[in-house]
Amino acid sequence: MASKATKPRTLKRSFITPEGVDLRLELGSAGSRAAAFIVDFLLMIAILGVLTFVLVYFGLASLRAGSGDNLLQVIGVIWLVGFFVLRNGWFSLFEMGSRGATPGKRLMGLRVVARDGARLTGSAVIARNAMREIEVFLPLSFLAAQSAEGTADTFLILFSLLWSFIFLFFPLFNRDRLRLGDLVGGTWVVRTDKAQLSTDLVGASYQPRRTFPPAALDLYGVYELQTLEEVLRNENPDAIVTVARMIRGKADMPDDGDDFGFLSDYYTALCGHLEARLMVGRRRDSKFTS
Amino acid sequence: MTAPLVGALGAPRVNATRFRQAHEADWSRLEQIVTRMEKRSIRSLGDDDLLALPALYRTTLSSLSVARDTSLDRALVTYLERLSTRAYFQIYGVQTPALRQFARFFARAWPEAVRSLWRETVFCVALTFGAALLAYLLIRSDPSWYYSIIPQGMAEGRDPSTSVQALRETLYAKDQHWLGAFATFLFTHNSQIAIFAFALGAALAVPTVLLIVYNGLSLGAFFAIFAAKGLGPNVAAWLMIHGTTEIFAICISGAAGIRIGMAIAFPGTASRMDSAVHAGRTAATAMCGTVLMLAVAGLLEGIGRQTIQEDGLRMLIGIAVLAGWLAYFYAWPARRARGGQ
Repeated sequence: MASKATKPRTLKRSFITPEGVDLRLELGSAGSRAAAFIVDFLLMIAILGVLTFVLVYFGLASLRAGSGDNLLQVIGVIWLVGFFVLRNGWFSLFEMGSRGATPGKRLMGLRVVARDGARLTGSAVIARNAMREIEVFLPLSFLAAQSAEGTADTFLILFSLLWSFIFLFFPLFNRDRLRLGDLVGGTWVVRTDKAQLSTDLVGASYQPRRTFPPAALDLYGVYELQTLEEVLRNENPDAIVTVARMIRGKADMPDDGDDFGFLSDYYTALCGHLEARLMVGRRRDSKFTS
Repeated sequence: MTAPLVGALGAPRVNATRFRQAHEADWSRLEQIVTRMEKRSIRSLGDDDLLALPALYRTTLSSLSVARDTSLDRALVTYLERLSTRAYFQIYGVQTPALRQFARFFARAWPEAVRSLWRETVFCVALTFGAALLAYLLIRSDPSWYYSIIPQGMAEGRDPSTSVQALRETLYAKDQHWLGAFATFLFTHNSQIAIFAFALGAALAVPTVLLIVYNGLSLGAFFAIFAAKGLGPNVAAWLMIHGTTEIFAICISGAAGIRIGMAIAFPGTASRMDSAVHAGRTAATAMCGTVLMLAVAGLLEGIGRQTIQEDGLRMLIGIAVLAGWLAYFYAWPARRARGGQ
């Protein structure tokens, strides 16, 4: 595929809906995925801690009451099954649900999606999460067992760290931020966070506006327009002053003391100008193209 | 010359404004509906909202296409992208109901996945028994091999120097107290190993093969010390009651691991990624099933073996359960496939 080499290094990926519209999904960044995993991991530990605490409490109570082995056995079974389900089921069961995300992923606005755009199947979810066994739990339990016996030597620690390093940072080594599990399961993790509908910068109401000479409107393209949009939306006073001074300088216009008003008028005029060109098929992407 | 003013007095100057005015109500209604679906479920929607949802979704999608081509307001396009994505996943990302997935898994997916792994399974079974035979022959010729195969902790006092009487006792020990917990422990422990064998397959199947070989070696070593004392048939019965299921399950999960490793190493005409994904899904289904098999094996070992002391009955149960698995995996889907054609 020729387009593969020229694909820009962004996290946007084309994803065509059945209606034929490209949603341009944005992949979850490595940082947000690590955060999601840490949240999940802490939750798992907390739940295991609470489970253990409650069961030990009941166990001790039943020992005092002398109710015998049966209750203790039930407690043992519950703990073993609970641990097993927590370790192997936490990720899979949550991701198989309609949200396609664990609590940690939900918190970070992430979701697991099949790479081919099809419905996420149970087998894909299980495949992607069974791989965690060797990514995380293997070196972890290795280290835990060895340090419990006090035999963790430097070599072993280094080996476990290297192993974890390779698999934990695996997503950073490929363009699509795939874990080993994503690779085998055919999934990837995308952002599905919310965005509020921002206010309309131009507005419908008529108000007297500055007028700009054509030369001033020919200075910039779409990229600069959208950067200006960002400056106006962020309302950072320093940025507004700097940008206004620069545009005035380039367009050779006098300073009238109202930087924000000047910039929003310029935005409106430039936007209208570029849109008018767009309508006749002459899109100007940035100031470097004509 | 002054800057061109788009439109007459009071009319919108840019497309984004015009566009927002025309469709903002639809977008915000879709947003409300989607938010409610995300927070609760589709059941929380009223009839009106449910009927409006597809139309609102399509309106928003077409707004997105139009906005991308005609509007330069980036915040607007971002908003529409995010909203469309959320709506898309609520509408198309719906999972098959759990019950139907469950039924499908037992009726088709599991037996078919295991069936498609038959080559790898045969390989794993051969590997297990080959390794067992090797260990058996080694220990018959020199019992000291036993100690290098079985670690001290696992032997629990069962080694070549143990007396016949003591060995016999381990086969028929009646520990009635902790059967349930013992069975559960066996199940979770073995399942973890099965999942492990599957996951290790990604390392080009080598660790999985080693795991299977080691499993076979311990089996053979174990058998050898009992056989040397004339307890061969007894230990066979002791192992068979659960072993047929357990070893079969371990072999299937090993086969699943090998399938993944082979798919990554030798993708054939498919791309390496596609090949891994295809193998991964089949293998995951089979592996998921082995967890259930190991639950059965755990019950047979933890409870069945402790309560049934008869050698013949132990063997019979082992063989019957194995026959059941074989029929379920290999005979049933074959008949289905023929019936379907």
